[in-house]
Amino acid sequence: MAALLDHYFAMGGYAVYVWPAYAIAVAVLGGVAVQSWWRYRASVRALERVQRQLEPKP
Amino acid sequence: MISRLANPAQFMRVSGAVLPFLAGLAAVVLAVGLVWALVLAPPDYQQGESVRIMFIHVPAAWMALSVYLLMAVASAVALVWRHPLADVAAQAAAPIGAAFTFVCLATGSLWGRPMWGTWWVWDARLTSVLVLFFLYLGYIALVNAFDDASRGARAGALLAVVGVINLPIIKFSVDWWNTLHQPASVFRLGGPTIYISMLLPLLAMALGFALLFAALWLVRMRTALNERKLRALRLHRMAEPRSRPADAAPPGARPAVH
Amino acid sequence: MAGFVGLVRRDVRLALRQSGEIGLAIGFFVLAVALFPFGVGPEPELLRRIGAGIVWVAALLAAVSSIDRLFAADFADGGLDLMALSALPLEATVVAKCTAHWLTTGLPLTLVSPALAVLVDVPPRDMPVLVFSLLIGTPALSLVGAIGAALTLGARRPGILSALVVLPLCVPPLIFGAGAVEADLTGGGSSAQLLLLGAFSVAAAVLAPLAAAAALRAALD
Repeated sequence: MAALLDHYFAMGGYAVYVWPAYAIAVAVLGGVAVQSWWRYRASVRALERVQRQLEPKP
Repeated sequence: MISRLANPAQFMRVSGAVLPFLAGLAAVVLAVGLVWALVLAPPDYQQGESVRIMFIHVPAAWMALSVYLLMAVASAVALVWRHPLADVAAQAAAPIGAAFTFVCLATGSLWGRPMWGTWWVWDARLTSVLVLFFLYLGYIALVNAFDDASRGARAGALLAVVGVINLPIIKFSVDWWNTLHQPASVFRLGGPTIYISMLLPLLAMALGFALLFAALWLVRMRTALNERKLRALRLHRMAEPRSRPADAAPPGARPAVH
Repeated sequence: MAGFVGLVRRDVRLALRQSGEIGLAIGFFVLAVALFPFGVGPEPELLRRIGAGIVWVAALLAAVSSIDRLFAADFADGGLDLMALSALPLEATVVAKCTAHWLTTGLPLTLVSPALAVLVDVPPRDMPVLVFSLLIGTPALSLVGAIGAALTLGARRPGILSALVVLPLCVPPLIFGAGAVEADLTGGGSSAQLLLLGAFSVAAAVLAPLAAAAALRAALD
């Protein structure tokens, strides 16, 4: 099993090219996704805060 | 449909409902595509396992180009009809498109190393994508270079339209330059004969990238609309008459705004 | 038409009076070309091989380096508002300003280019093609540059920004212009490259004023 995995991760000798390529894709696109999401959450929270301040007092 | 969505409030409602499904679908398709590309797809008889880089390189190239076209269409709509959402749409798409373009370049370099023996070859396709990356950077820099956001939006919209008119000329000139300067026998990225066993994972990854783009695009558009609304509310608050005693009260204890 | 010519004359006269303008562009051009041998080594074979490219890249940078000033002064003192209101269409104003810019940068660069070509060992028989390619190519640089200049009016750091915006758009004229000289150098005909370069300049002359005028209107709003 371990040998099989080793064989797989070696990528026929191209491991140093294939894995970094996928790692860069995941890092860059994942980075954009995370940054987009954080900024979205921040905008939603800020909007809620301001709108709460603007609501009439009960 | 489009004109109904065009109203920002309507857009927020519809996009909010669509977003979870879109994001979930993108995650599922990308997971399937990754397993297919990394495990199930057979190695190429010439390039061996290195062909697996193609499954991200080529869809990233497709996305790089189509997102730029989409940006240009949205910009044209913004210029002609002054549509409030079109600018937002174009600006939200740009960083995602630039990210795909960067992924295309980086994976192209990593694929080129074993194929060409060097990290970078001024291959026609890669060079065109590099110029496209510069166009994205110029657009993003221009949009953010103004204190007045609407001025940046219009400058950016014009640049996107100018860029898309120039794009075929750049592509043609680079292809032409390349044929003059390089022997035709050089292996071109994305060039191997595609068999169905490779085409299917390629299309799965392309669909995954497109869904990921769509989800991130909606998220960024929603963010931009939220931030715009936030700015308007804050301006509104600042514009209130100063003489009101409540203004001295701490935030949170504010009276209603009429 | 009188307004057009008057504008060209005014801008050329302004550039001549601020005597630095033309000299600066030429100085930048000379220096940029002269730096290359220090960077790549003085071997004549190498310089001859890349000389046309060096001259073209340096001319491109020299023409674009000052482009953000094209509308800046008139924008700052309100002159641009008057031009927008005048009988002359804004597109024609753009063409006039580009003409003046070309007369004070592109044309002088073209005229001094043979001297620089000697420095990088471009053979004399290729000089006519080099000069001709710069003559028909540099107007395109002024025109495309005008788009960048108009777009970056009122921006933070307009100089570096307009270069970032304009340079990618200038890839085709660079390829055709430098390619024409190289084709001549290696014995192939250069007419195809020159035709394409001319076509690019003509297209730029038609389309760039439209885009630049639209950008000016956005800046004046």
